[in-house]
Amino acid sequence: MEFLYASEVLVNGLMAGVMYALVALGFVLIYKASGVFNYAQGVMALFAAMTLVGIMEGRVPFAHLINALFGVHVSHFGWTVPAFFGIALTALIMVGLAIAVEKLVLKHLVGQEPIILFMATIGLAWFLEGLGDVMWGADVKVLDVGLPQGISDGIEAATNDWLGYGFFIDRLDIWATVIAAALVAGLVGFSQYTKQGRAMRAVADDHQAALSVGISLRFIWIMVWSIAGFVALVAGIMWGTKSGVQFSLSLIALKALPVLMLGGFTSIPGAIVGGLIIGMGEKLFEYFIGPMVGGATENWFAYVLALLFLVFRPQGLFGERIIERV
Amino acid sequence: MIYREAGDFKTSYRDDGQTFPIRLDRWSYYAALAVAFLVVPFFIDSYWANAVLVPFLIYAIAAIGLNILTGYAGQVSLGTGGFMAVGAYAVYKLMTAFPGVPIFVHILLAGLITAVVGMLFGLPSLRIKGFYLAVATLAAQFFLVWLFNKVPWFYNYSASGQITAPERTFLGWAVTGPATSASAKYLTCLVFAVALAWVARNLTRGTVGRKWMAIRDMDIAAEIIGVNPLSAKLSAFAVSSFFVGIAGALLFAVYLGAAEASEAFGINKSFLVLFMVIIGGLGSIFGSFAGAAFLVLLPVFLKNVLVARLGWPTDLAAHLELMIVGALIIFFLIVEPHGLARLWRLTKEKLRLWPFPH
Repeated sequence: MEFLYASEVLVNGLMAGVMYALVALGFVLIYKASGVFNYAQGVMALFAAMTLVGIMEGRVPFAHLINALFGVHVSHFGWTVPAFFGIALTALIMVGLAIAVEKLVLKHLVGQEPIILFMATIGLAWFLEGLGDVMWGADVKVLDVGLPQGISDGIEAATNDWLGYGFFIDRLDIWATVIAAALVAGLVGFSQYTKQGRAMRAVADDHQAALSVGISLRFIWIMVWSIAGFVALVAGIMWGTKSGVQFSLSLIALKALPVLMLGGFTSIPGAIVGGLIIGMGEKLFEYFIGPMVGGATENWFAYVLALLFLVFRPQGLFGERIIERV
Repeated sequence: MIYREAGDFKTSYRDDGQTFPIRLDRWSYYAALAVAFLVVPFFIDSYWANAVLVPFLIYAIAAIGLNILTGYAGQVSLGTGGFMAVGAYAVYKLMTAFPGVPIFVHILLAGLITAVVGMLFGLPSLRIKGFYLAVATLAAQFFLVWLFNKVPWFYNYSASGQITAPERTFLGWAVTGPATSASAKYLTCLVFAVALAWVARNLTRGTVGRKWMAIRDMDIAAEIIGVNPLSAKLSAFAVSSFFVGIAGALLFAVYLGAAEASEAFGINKSFLVLFMVIIGGLGSIFGSFAGAAFLVLLPVFLKNVLVARLGWPTDLAAHLELMIVGALIIFFLIVEPHGLARLWRLTKEKLRLWPFPH
């Protein structure tokens, strides 16, 4: 019984790990292609989810600001938009965001040290967080794009028959796993079998060599940031459906960092495996050790695990070997 | 001519190595110190102390601390908030356990305790570098804040989980607690800020500082020419955490009066101090002050303009402030990645030659 309960925790941890991996994936894509450690990935997920809710509910953008400026009271257009169009529109907005980021920020920071680029993305994160709040309001929003939710009765009944103990598994988590797997497969297919994907890998390999064979760096950057925006949108939909669209959504970016460290910054399989290890590890740790030390260990377990791990393998599980020369 | 080295003959190495080689610079520095110590305390009111000057001085100390680690020794840290929490909780435990000992001793001891904790979390820096280290320091941030929230011993089993500074006096003046006057708060922070800036300046231009900079520029090369990376990195973590711990102790005991770990010392504190260092200028003591001044004054300024002048709602102003700070950070990084300190250096170069172009 104890063992069965622990394995239920384990399965749920794996599902949570998929969600972490989803965010980590966006990081890896941008880091590989442009060498930018994009701290804003989590806020991009929040911004995408907010925009999606705003469009679907027909909210007036900048309503709060307009009201303060002109003394009127506008809030909604009075229509609702179906989920499919909402998602398509939001994806378009994320592409627009990618273009704006490239034109206004990255273009001017080419050749700066990585730490400067990292700081710029933190600035971007603050900006986007403020922009999301000013555009759509800071209230907690409910996001429902028609994904099934609630405990899966089928699995509970099936496990009850087999093992004499029903597993509680959220249907949303199962869907998230399926969608994440599809997304990863799609991304791998894209980068392996299309022209743009090959160009992307070339840029990731060596900027200058890619430039010299006629690949447009700027186009690739816009493309990569758009893909990262799309990944952020998917992550935003999943997390937003699960726990409501609110500020804490942007904190999943912080959760994705130890995932990256564990898996290595440059490896897509690393992001997936790292996500699974962290999701599983923190749930099991909370289950076995948590009650002894007062709970809420999920806040730090991932970081300490990654820290200890890195001491023995500084480049992460799948990261490129670090070679240093003087 | 006023701003010139010409005619100011140096007759000893001591003269040659001084911090302010130009006479006008030196005198204006002394004048600024004199005004800060002898004039401001008599005119300061609680608005200026609480909104501007005290946070400026405290964050300047924290920024100097982080600048030593990141700007001089090249180890990026995102754990500043956690180390400030160590300083705050250490000074709280000391204040309540030994009420008879002067508060200044407690604050220094809190700094030392933070230095030990900082060295502990600095140990992985011997193996991990760059971004991996930056993310690894987040472990310190989250673990320490969690620890202070979950272990009741740290907050003396108080029902609210908060720590509250009891009243302590120094030479008959209340330094902590609700009865503290604005000038006492200001003077306490000023004494620490000036003394620590002096220490930092002299550390960074001596042997220790040169070792840090060698490690920053290329650690393997530094090791080959005989800099011990273990002692250089750990001493950087220790000194930096000492400064940050004192800033945390002052923030809690003198400025806030009461604090709760996850609220007062969250991850946003770490980023705020890092922004101060970057905007001010990496590897510059003056830059730490400039960055702290900029990021303390900006929100006050924006709030005054947006809420008081234009009458906009406070929450809207807060969101706009977030946008503006974010945009300004990007703007600064694009225009001057080396921060305000570089701008100041360029101004001085121009001033020396003025009115001639070359």
